[in-house]
Amino acid sequence: MFKHNTLAVAVAAMTLSPTLSFAADGSDLQSIRNEIDALRQNYESRISDLEARLKKAEVATVVAPASTPYVETSNAPVPASTAAGSGFNPDVSLILSGLYTNLSRKPEDYRIAGFIPGGEIGPGARGFSLSESELGFSANIDHLFYGQANLAVSPQNEISAEEAFIQTTALPAGLKIKAGRFFSSIGYLNDQHSHTWDFVDNPLVYQAFLGTQFSHDGVQLKWLAPTDTFIELGAEAGRGSNFPGSEVNRNGAGAQALFAHIGGDIGVSNSWRVGLSYLHATPKGRDYAETDALGNSVTNSFSGGSRLIGADFIWKWAPNGNGERQNFKLQGEYFRRKEAGDLTYDTAVTAHSDRYTSSQSGWYVQGVFQFMPAWRVGLRYDLLDSGVVDYGSNAANLASVDYRPARTSLMFDWSPSEFSRVRLQLARDKSRQGAADNQLFLQYQMSLGAHGAHSY
Amino acid sequence: MKYAFILMSCVFAVLIPATSSAAMRALACEPEWGALLQELAADKVSVYTATTALQDPHHIQARPSLIAAVRNADLLVCTGAELEVGWLPVMLRQSGNPKVQPGQPGYFEAADFVNKLEIPTRLDRADGDVHAAGNPHIQTDPRNIALVANALTRRLMQIDPDNVAFYQGRYQDFAARWKSAIQRWEKDAAPLRGMPVVVQHKAYPYLENWLGLNELATLEPKPGVEPTSSHLSEVLALLQRQPAKLVMRSAYNDARGADWLAERAKIPAVVLPFTVGGSDRAKDLFGLFDDTIAQLLKGTK
Repeated sequence: MFKHNTLAVAVAAMTLSPTLSFAADGSDLQSIRNEIDALRQNYESRISDLEARLKKAEVATVVAPASTPYVETSNAPVPASTAAGSGFNPDVSLILSGLYTNLSRKPEDYRIAGFIPGGEIGPGARGFSLSESELGFSANIDHLFYGQANLAVSPQNEISAEEAFIQTTALPAGLKIKAGRFFSSIGYLNDQHSHTWDFVDNPLVYQAFLGTQFSHDGVQLKWLAPTDTFIELGAEAGRGSNFPGSEVNRNGAGAQALFAHIGGDIGVSNSWRVGLSYLHATPKGRDYAETDALGNSVTNSFSGGSRLIGADFIWKWAPNGNGERQNFKLQGEYFRRKEAGDLTYDTAVTAHSDRYTSSQSGWYVQGVFQFMPAWRVGLRYDLLDSGVVDYGSNAANLASVDYRPARTSLMFDWSPSEFSRVRLQLARDKSRQGAADNQLFLQYQMSLGAHGAHSY
Repeated sequence: MKYAFILMSCVFAVLIPATSSAAMRALACEPEWGALLQELAADKVSVYTATTALQDPHHIQARPSLIAAVRNADLLVCTGAELEVGWLPVMLRQSGNPKVQPGQPGYFEAADFVNKLEIPTRLDRADGDVHAAGNPHIQTDPRNIALVANALTRRLMQIDPDNVAFYQGRYQDFAARWKSAIQRWEKDAAPLRGMPVVVQHKAYPYLENWLGLNELATLEPKPGVEPTSSHLSEVLALLQRQPAKLVMRSAYNDARGADWLAERAKIPAVVLPFTVGGSDRAKDLFGLFDDTIAQLLKGTK
């Protein structure tokens, strides 16, 4: 209103100028003119705004009638889901999996010779068993967050939260933050759920260095570069309570991870991805069972630092990029771990502590070929090197083993649809010294419910 | 931290600068939408097409190259109706690009703008790969292309208001040419009305609806399940009682089932381009229907 009044006064001043001009000195007139100019600009911009809106509305009406000759019935979009209540339910998926296992050596005394055990390792129980069943929920939480939970039911009827995380969906510049419990994105296989694996079990190098699969409670930052080549960098900080870390009562992070992935296509038939990973954990009192040099069963404990570096690659081929009939994938990963700290021998009785260092490595390479629709065959070779282990003065009680655990696995599977798979796997496992463990697995894996989208 | 430093240095050493360009970047999930964007936006949009006519759009790997393309896109043009359910959601999540998430102006699903056929009355995976929203292969009816062109033009105007007049001109030109092409195709295809056919996959209900083809059977026992020899024998037995004029498959389908049946039923097996790039003639949207109708007319000889 103030501006309108000023305008009125200004206009009056102008029209009455002959009589009133003597009253206004030069500077007053100048300020009035300035104000009038400002007002004119203001109105002009508003008018051009309105004109632009009008033009847009005209365009919309011009576009619309042109299509009417083709329309037979109403082309109003049909809402996909009208149910107000259940429409917002998260996507639910259930994985059912069962296993028959035949092992020539006793699974109770399974170990990977020369490697400190941790996590879930080994071929599992003999005979029939339910392998992990998994219940998954996922949905957008709101305009900023996505959430996902995977509850795993073990054959022993225990329910565990395998993953339960939230992830941002609206951060700019290719950034994403994940928080909660999740599989670390180190390596190629680590963040993939067991029902997407190409073999019944994970490679030996994952069992030896990551306790099969490393997950933590923490946060992850990922950045995807604005390039035509796929370049993804990420960092994680977590509780680090799982092997190679251990449960530690402290503030701050017990494990940190870094990873980088680069990938692309070669022609229309080939695609690839390579990665580098780093994981640092600081276990304190990480207990494990061991048989000492005298053959006694003891519990030892390690405290210190564990650093793992890894390199991975995957190459996928499908003629013309159409894998329906035939496709092939080749993947391999290499890990090297250094641990340094203190080892306490026989925590229950002797409790003798001294320095401990180790430098160990391992790798696997596997190829899976789909030779006709629904049928695949795969071959995997695992090799570990127990490397250099220094027990310090504990060497009197604990012998370091100079041995290279190896395993060869062959699998066939049949997938009548993308929701079901039946697999036979034969393996010759030389993780332990002595005779090889000849293993046979027969497995089914089925998925119910929401259509899962699998990552690369 | 030494390792971390080495890791990061390696990564930055190979970091390739993004190809910068003033044009808006669009990702088309299927070649038909890539071709339509080309018609409607010309050089105002640089189009990346995620799949080819020789790939099955139901089953695509969420490859690193595609994730990078989604990351850099201003607009995604996909079919929708769950056609891309096996790969697009994971790419959208991994891309970290808020502009093209569902619900944003940068996310366009063509199937939202047409009337869908074969909406299932019950949802059961025992029925094969059925889509709750209806059959997603909407691009086989050119009248649907016209509807999508209209909606896509409005979307382009919304995202890129500086070029509203340009898009309007392109649309009017395309719509006029498309309308006369449809009249020509309908005239050419008049002999196809009522023609009995066998299809490999349920990929053509919109085409059949448009031209009045009569689908007797499918080679797939259930949608998305590869033809089996027992099912092919059943189809052959059916054709002995009720003959078909031809068996049709899409360029990306395996040839063996259709060829087996065609040989025994003594009818031609024709390969329809299904989308742009599916045959030499199907270089653009006009060529797609020129060739489709030419192939189908083989059944009338």
